[in-house]
Order: sequence, then structure tokens, then C-alpha cells
Amino acid sequence: MSFLDYAPAPESQALLHLRPEYGLFIDGEFVAGRGEPFPTINPATEKQLALIAHANAADVDTAVTAARRAYERRWSTLSGSDRGKYLFRIARLVQERARELAVAETLDNGKPITESRDVDIPLVAAWFFYYAGWADKLDHAGLGVDPAARGVAAQVIPWNFPLLMLAWKIAPALASGNTVVLKPAETTSLTALLFAEILQQAELPAGVVNIVTGGRETGQALVGHADVDLVAFTGSTGAGRAIARAVAGTDKKIILELGGKAANIVFDDAPIDQAIEGIVNGIFFNQGHVCCAGSRLLVQESIHDEVVDRLKRRLSTLRLGDPLDKNTDIGAINSADQLKRITELSAIGEEEGAERWSPDCELPENGFWFRPTIFTNVSTSHRIARDEVFGPVLSVLTFRTPEEAIAKANNTPYGLSAGIWSDKGSRVLAVADRLRAGVIWANTFNRFDPASPFGGYKESGYGREGGRHGLAAYLRPAGSAAVAAARHAVTVESGHPVKSPAARKKAAK
Amino acid sequence: MTSTPVVATQASTRSRALALIGGEATDANLRRYLHGIPGIDAVGLEQRAAALGTRSIKTSSKKRAIDTIIGLIDLTTLEGADTPGKVRSLVGKALTPDPVDPGCPRVAAVCVYGDMVPYAVEALGSAHAAGRDQGVSVASVATAFPSGRASLAVKLADVADAVAAGADEIDMVIDRGAFLSGRFGQVYDEIVAVKDACRRADGSVAHLKVILETGELGTYDNVRRASWLAILAGGDFIKTSTGKMQPAATLPVTLSMIEVVRDWHRLTGAKVGVKPAGGIRTSKDAIKYLVAVAETVGDEWLTPGLFRFGASSLLNDVLMQRQKMQGGHYSGPDYVTID
Repeated sequence: MSFLDYAPAPESQALLHLRPEYGLFIDGEFVAGRGEPFPTINPATEKQLALIAHANAADVDTAVTAARRAYERRWSTLSGSDRGKYLFRIARLVQERARELAVAETLDNGKPITESRDVDIPLVAAWFFYYAGWADKLDHAGLGVDPAARGVAAQVIPWNFPLLMLAWKIAPALASGNTVVLKPAETTSLTALLFAEILQQAELPAGVVNIVTGGRETGQALVGHADVDLVAFTGSTGAGRAIARAVAGTDKKIILELGGKAANIVFDDAPIDQAIEGIVNGIFFNQGHVCCAGSRLLVQESIHDEVVDRLKRRLSTLRLGDPLDKNTDIGAINSADQLKRITELSAIGEEEGAERWSPDCELPENGFWFRPTIFTNVSTSHRIARDEVFGPVLSVLTFRTPEEAIAKANNTPYGLSAGIWSDKGSRVLAVADRLRAGVIWANTFNRFDPASPFGGYKESGYGREGGRHGLAAYLRPAGSAAVAAARHAVTVESGHPVKSPAARKKAAK
Repeated sequence: MTSTPVVATQASTRSRALALIGGEATDANLRRYLHGIPGIDAVGLEQRAAALGTRSIKTSSKKRAIDTIIGLIDLTTLEGADTPGKVRSLVGKALTPDPVDPGCPRVAAVCVYGDMVPYAVEALGSAHAAGRDQGVSVASVATAFPSGRASLAVKLADVADAVAAGADEIDMVIDRGAFLSGRFGQVYDEIVAVKDACRRADGSVAHLKVILETGELGTYDNVRRASWLAILAGGDFIKTSTGKMQPAATLPVTLSMIEVVRDWHRLTGAKVGVKPAGGIRTSKDAIKYLVAVAETVGDEWLTPGLFRFGASSLLNDVLMQRQKMQGGHYSGPDYVTID
């Protein structure tokens, strides 16, 4: 028996107590949805995990109303440091319940437990800690003294990093004084609902965060609701376009974080072993369900064969299987629909003449699985080099000069991220300067930090999340007419006067 | 371990090395070659090592791993206070690591100073491997270990002395001063000379482990270059450290050396061993090294001919883990012997 036949090492599910059924989280309580409840399944086994409530337009309206009320009566009257205390409390509770959240995320999403345990959940806590710190320092956000919150934020998030995307959305929104109605993705609502329990534990005022579960029409009702001030969406470019259309002509602020087709550029002087790791991490991390995944490998022609050879050897050591097993590297594809899309695009890759290769690994019988796949002999006109696959599929292209690498990297309607691998610092900087992508990693890939802004060029969306820049979308610049109008509206609508933060400060003295 | 003869092999190793570096082993040629090797990104290397360290080796896998570790240990005593009695006690431990379990595997070798080799050989008796695939080998540190600060003549005499006394393996140190000042040719020539000195009267050759003392080399790039240099010069093993200074073996350093061994195998088909030494004290740590080896160069490297742990206190921790796995409860330091 080989040393490499590791005995099963499944993470225990004992900490996790799922309810058979989950309601919507509105105004601090779980309530039944008026739509038809739907099951959420474990994509690795296709077994049902729980029944999820379906919010219809009336439910969405109730949630937005609750958020508006909470904004006017409670959240906008709190000082920044008090809002910060709630966020710190949430961050600590996330850490306390980290293992439970990781298990739930893995069950519902299909990602390996090592990823939810070591990446997703720690980053969730980090995001709340980071923005908790900002809550009483908004004067320094670059928008002038006393910027104002926008009001009610409608947030729609994807299924690839369910809880992390929730944190990316909710933490800056609350820190800057907004209230939230959030809709998780249809296939991955579970951790958002566990998060709602954490909010109850943290005694966050009712209505400050509301979570409505459901499908596309739930999301449409939310972003189309007349009383939301801001729409934040992460997901596909197609859906983003529809949202932009729906919001056009209103005064809603909008942030879109959409698809990508990132180039990972490997020069011939790259630290080769780390570059191979970076390529693997760039495209096979989270089964390639990453909007900023390095799905186009641009490798200098002189080292193409060696890189491909080393890459194949490395892929052969990846372990695909039970996502709860602590030694699993590649988990399950999140849904049958996504598996179908990946399968179709890969078939087109072959038809168009690219050479397909996958390591020889067994796929479990049930669930949705796709072998890590690389395509060589890919040209820039192939669909697998242009369309976002959103799966564990890498297209390998070559270049001869830095000029050509830059041209090919930029030759995409997207512009979310890129990677550069070279030992020569001056070249890294010179190339990075000319790539039209929001995030550029040098000699690493898929690294995230709450202090660093994230967002795209072109069809990858607009607006920035993370860092100081991530606050801008949630705040109105100080002194603008809009701020005055918003304050006036609050005072009038809530029926009792709310002092402006400046007035509160004076009162405190 | 194996003392395969073969002047011819050595000659071909040499010509292959010279062909690779494109000429004689001069400082300039070696520098050109060693600096042409792709660099190492320290952050990336350490991340990879950390990721390998998260593998969860449990139940039956752990059982196998523990026995594998014991069979890969160079049980070591390198003290100024060593005596023949201490060495005999060490040999006893090497032969019967767990006195209550005769099924417990033996360690790969005992590692001692040159003057202690005769006592180790004598104590091993018929269990002395002496080139056979079974038994326990005797490894001797040499070449003015640990500093290496002596003339070449003294270093070679040190080696010849240990080999003549019956050492199966020689653990030499490279001249770190020469390496750091760019005198690669000198380091290369010295390893070649030591390898020659490992030859016995009957034509067989003691196995040569080349200690890089990575803690003194400063950067991963230097570790990688020193690894290539040692392999080009004919080392059978590359070893991290003397154990006499900190930092000694670390997982990232060892991983970078395993990668060199993998690339050398890919390039030439030849297999070179790796020996992390110093600082590995627990089963948990040792298992991470097994994982790094198996997932980087393949599990066929997990054999005494290609991988060793240089350690003294590791064995007892492994034995306690072994007893725990067999008995279901933790034993304690008094249930394993001190050597």
C-alpha cells in the first residue's frame, strides 16, 4: 500500500446542528416566506440539507421596510464607535463558531473543508474586524468630514464564496451606517442563515440586516424595489447587465463585481516551482469557481513544454473527492447547472482543436464532479480562451515578448485580475502598469486581504470592495446636496428629529 | 547503506556534471550554471510547505507513517562527551527501539563522530549492515565537522580514517565560507576529493552525505544552488544541517532540496537522497516531511537509501505515538528508554 493512500480524515459534523427548515430573516426574526420553499442540497452527495424559505415580492417589501425603519430609528442614530462595537462582536462570534460555519459552507457549497476552514471563514472574520475599525473613522475615508450613509443597501451575492461574499457586502455597509437586505444565492443560503443566528447572538438591532432567500425573481424584486438606495451585486456579467438596466434612470447607487478571464503570465525567469503552485492555486482553488481565477495561462514560449510537463505532474497529485475530507484538494462542482456549463464549454474547446488533458482520477458516483482540466494549443480565438468557464479548466497560451504578453492579457472584454511571475522586479512593475485589470498579483495568486481594494475594469464591473475604497460606494461625500437632502428626509419621514452626526458631536461636548 | 563499487560510475557522474556545466568545474562555469537555475520565491515556498503540513494523516496511515519514520532515522549522538559506553547504548536502542515490542522496526543507521565508529561497528556485530540491505549502518561525520574549518588534507584524513574503521556512510560538511564568497570550484573539488576518499580498499565506496548547513547559507536561492553543486559533485545525499546551529532543518528548506532531487531525477534519471537533520523532534513534524517527500518526488523516495531523518529525540516521541496507537492510551517518557 502506498504512503500516498491517505486514510479518510473526515471533519466531524458534530458541531453543526442544521434545522430541517429555515425561514427568512426579517426584522431580527425568522419568519416564513410566502413563496414555495425549496431544498438546498449537498452537491457532493445530492442529498437534501434543509428546506429554505422562498421570498416573494411582498416578503422583499417587508424586508426593505424593516431595513428602512431600522435605518431611520436606530442605526443612523448610533455613533460610529457604537456601530463598530457590533461589528467587532460579530467578528468574534464568527471566530468562535468558525468550525461550524466551515462545515456548513463545505456541505452546502462543495468546497474542500481545508479551504472553508483556512481561507473563507478566517477571511470573513478579518473583513468584519477590518471594517469594525473603520466605523468611527469615516472622516478619514477620503470623502470629507462627516460623510453620510446612503440608507438601505440591497445586496445580491453569488454561490462561490457564500459567507465571504456576505462579509464583503455587509461589513462595509454596516460600518458606514447603512442597513441591509441581502439575498444569498439560491444554491448556497445556509451559511447566511447561520450568520443570521450570529446576528441574533450579537443582539444587532432588529432590521439592520435582513436576509431574504429565494431565486432570481427574489433578487429582481429586491434590486427593483423603489425604497433601496444602493444596489451591490456580485455574480455573472449577464445578470449584472440586467441589474444595471433595472437600476438605470433611478438615483440608486450601484456596484457590480462581475466575471473575469484573468491572464496568469509566466516569464521564463519565473521562480518555477512557485509559479506552478500559483497556476494551480489560480485556477483550481475552489474548483475554479472564482471570478478572479487565472483561467488563461500565458506562458513564455521558451518554457512552455517544461511548464506544461511540471503542471501535469503537479495536477496528478491533486486529490478529488469528499469535500469534508481534510486531505481533499478538489471538491464538488456547486450545481448540476454549473457542471453542465463547464462540460459544454470543455467539449467546445476540444471541437475547436485545443488539446485536452486531465489527470487520471476517479470521480465519486453521486454528486457533481469535474476533473481538473488543462487545454494546450489554445489560440486567442477559442471560446475557452474568451468565455468565463467558472470551473477547473485552464487554457494555456504562449507569448514571445513582454509586449505580446500584455497585448494578449488585455485582449478580453473582462478586466478583473491578472498574475505576473518573474524574478525581475522591474519587469513585474512595468508589465503590471500596462495590464487593464483591477487586481494584479506578482509571484502569487488569489490572495485576499480586507485592506486591499478589489474590483474590475470593463465587463468585470465597477465600484471597489475592500479597503478604504470599499467604503466609498456606501457613503455620500460630506457637504454634498444629497447629504443634506438625505438628512432632511430622515428627519421628516421618521417623524422625530434625528440630529446630524455633527450636531451629536456638539451635544456630546 | 549500499556501497556499490564503481569507479566507472563515479567517472560517468563526473563527465555528466561537466557536460551540464559546460566545461571544467571553474568558479565561472559553476556560477553561470548555478545562477541559471530558476530562483525561489520565499513566500511561495513557505506557503507550499505550510500547505503540505496540513495533510491529515490519521489511523492506518499514521500507523504506517510511524513505522516508516523509525526505519528512516539516523539515530545520532554527536557530543564532545561521547564515550564508547554511550555509543554502545545508542546502538542498543537502534537495534531494539522498543524493548517490549520486538516487532518494532530498527532505525536506518547510527550516526557518530569518527573516533566512535569502531565501537559502533563492534556493538552492532552481525547486525551491522556493511553494505547489505538489512541491518543498521554506521554513519560518521567527518571533514572537520561541524565547522569544516581545516585543511583539505586533514579533512581527507578524517574521512579515510572513518571509512577504514568501518563507516558505511560519511556525513561531510561543505566549506560554507568558500561557497558564500563565490568559490564554487573549491567547494566542488572538495566534495569530489571527499568522495574519492570514501573509496575502500576493495573498491566499494562509502555513501556520501553532503551537509550544506543551510542555516549559514542565508537564502533559499543559496540552498538550491548548494544542493545542485553537491549533487553535481557526486554527493549521494544532500543534508540540511549539522544540528550544531540554529536554524537547522525546516520544512521549507527541506522542500526546496527535495525539489532539486526531483529535478535531478527528471534530468538524469539518477536518484539522490535527502536528509533533514536537527530540530525535528515530534512525530507530527516528521510526518510533514514524509508528506513533502511523497507529494513532491514520489513515495518511492521513502526508503533508507533515499531519505533519512538526522535526529536523536525524535525516536522516543515516535515510539510513544506508536505505543499509543497500539494500546489506545498515551504512555509516557518512562515507558521508552533513554539512550
